[in-house]
Amino acid sequence: MSILEVENLSVSFKQYTDGFKEINHKVISSLSVTLEAGEILAVVGASGSGKSLLAHAILGILPRNASISGTIKYKGVELTAARLATLRGKELALVPQSVNFLDPLMRVGSQVRTASNSEDVVSAQRKVFERYHLGKEVESMYPFQLSGGMARRTLLSTAMVSGAKVIIADEPTPGLDPIVIKEALSNFREFADKGCAVMLITHDIESALQITDKIAVFYAGTTVEIASVKDFVGKGEAIRHPYTKALWRALPQNEFISIPGSQPHPSSLPPGCLFAPRCEIATPECEQAPPDMRELRDGMVRCIHAT
Amino acid sequence: MRKFNGGKLGLFILMKGVRMVTLLVAICFISFLLVKNSPIDPIQAYIGADMLKVGPEQREKIAEYWGLDQPVMVQFLNWGSAVLAGDLGTSMIFRRPVIEVIGERFFNSLALMLSAWLLSGVVGFVMGVIAAMKKGTWIDRMIKWYCFTLASTPTFWMGLLVLMVFSVWLGWFPIGMGVPAGVLSEDVTLMDRIQHLILPVLTLSILGVANVALHTRQKLIVVMASDYVLFARARGEKGFALFWRHGLRNVALPAITLQFAAFSELFGGAVLAEQVFSYPGLGQATIEAGLRGDVPLLLGLVIFSTIFVFVGNLLADLSYRVLDPRTREVRKI
Ligand code: SF4
Repeated sequence: MSILEVENLSVSFKQYTDGFKEINHKVISSLSVTLEAGEILAVVGASGSGKSLLAHAILGILPRNASISGTIKYKGVELTAARLATLRGKELALVPQSVNFLDPLMRVGSQVRTASNSEDVVSAQRKVFERYHLGKEVESMYPFQLSGGMARRTLLSTAMVSGAKVIIADEPTPGLDPIVIKEALSNFREFADKGCAVMLITHDIESALQITDKIAVFYAGTTVEIASVKDFVGKGEAIRHPYTKALWRALPQNEFISIPGSQPHPSSLPPGCLFAPRCEIATPECEQAPPDMRELRDGMVRCIHAT
Repeated sequence: MRKFNGGKLGLFILMKGVRMVTLLVAICFISFLLVKNSPIDPIQAYIGADMLKVGPEQREKIAEYWGLDQPVMVQFLNWGSAVLAGDLGTSMIFRRPVIEVIGERFFNSLALMLSAWLLSGVVGFVMGVIAAMKKGTWIDRMIKWYCFTLASTPTFWMGLLVLMVFSVWLGWFPIGMGVPAGVLSEDVTLMDRIQHLILPVLTLSILGVANVALHTRQKLIVVMASDYVLFARARGEKGFALFWRHGLRNVALPAITLQFAAFSELFGGAVLAEQVFSYPGLGQATIEAGLRGDVPLLLGLVIFSTIFVFVGNLLADLSYRVLDPRTREVRKI
């Protein structure tokens, strides 16, 4: 049984323009992913594609003007708001992207302690700090005093100390040097190997490929492909979706060419396939209706022409 | 562990001190010139209705006694050197040393301002917090409406209103003054003083809350929408505990700073409120000294109020430095 299942998730924001006109911005549309125990799933997509909102939607911490549809199941049981309230911070934990997610006026040690669910929060915090090579002096520091690597390890500590089974890491490696990134990723691997699960939300397909098992490619608010890491080899013949192929080809060690154009804005989504305006193999058929996710060669793809 | 920036703080205070001294000299000089060039004749103001009985010779004698016959610059320098020696001169209208008058008045004003300062700070902060936590509801709208309306209400008008309602109509409080009329000063009890204090404090506080409340509301809304509150919610924190842990300290800091910085406004408000309630504080003394050309008293008051406001601003700056770990602790990586 999957530990976390997201089915047909849509998130939209109500916005008022000119004071009266209500506009619904659909930032995530019919997204489905599943996460297995012991697995790392990378959700890869360009910056600004609404990936963070996926993390917030799963944890139920979206702002009030957001409306959400679809189902999210944890251990096979639907995550209602009430169930989430009891699981958030205990079974499900977030690893945010930067030090800005720590209270600037609270000592780092106490912040990690408040995340702990154990009886003896102090020793729990010390243990996790020791494990991530954070010296004892870090405990009494304020977030502004942390270096990039220390900040990331502190953020990871908050999730680890909680004893969560599922960690959702939102862009946990931006602006870090390669050594720190490697260390971060191996921390996640270690965590997953203990039978827990990690959803790694990132724009960095390259590092994602190093440690994950499965990759979900995110485009304009939905998943366009779910593929095994093994599919990312050679010229990308095994990859199913044109966008994923483009991402693969854009990597420096491959052809290093990126596709022209940019993702559509949530307020002006194309009527058919969301990728159609930038797709090389698009046909008039593609603009008729949004393609459904379908199974293909042990993966999933949202493209009518994929083979 | 906690390393205080001793050297830097010392330098900061020193710089502030230098700035205050230069400011004081400039303000004294300007006030001196202004008073000297005002149409008020200090001698006439001093003698009052008896003016007709005073001949030109007597006038000159008085002028000589006060040193009013000398050139303005000489008068200023005389006064300045006396001040440096710790002598602020003698008040013409009270016929007592200026320092004594100010000392006594200051105690009254301090009681008034401090109570108003604390009351408006605490009440304003709580109002701001409630408004922010209940943003968009009727209670938020009411608090906002109250603050915006009051921010534009003149103090004296509010003072008169309060006086009319509580003293004249309801008769709950005395109509004015600092102590009951016709009671010997030995017989005035603390209770009497407090009774006379309540309405001026109320007036100042009713107006004083607006600033803190609006500021706190705005700040707390920003804090509650911040990444760190989002992350705290992701860790399962919620409701009052969330506010207590992350909201409070992040809004209290700017609120405290703002409240210290509002010293000058408080002082200005107190001048008017004291006038309305005939409360014998510094404000009332200032107005009298101004109207009756009591130069030594007026200048003494100018010096005093400058220092008072300056100290308020200094405390605001210091509170930020001492309370905010980002400026308090040296960066260590
Ligand atoms: S459905 Fe059509 S437009 Fe969309 S990705 Fe496939 S081929 Fe391209």
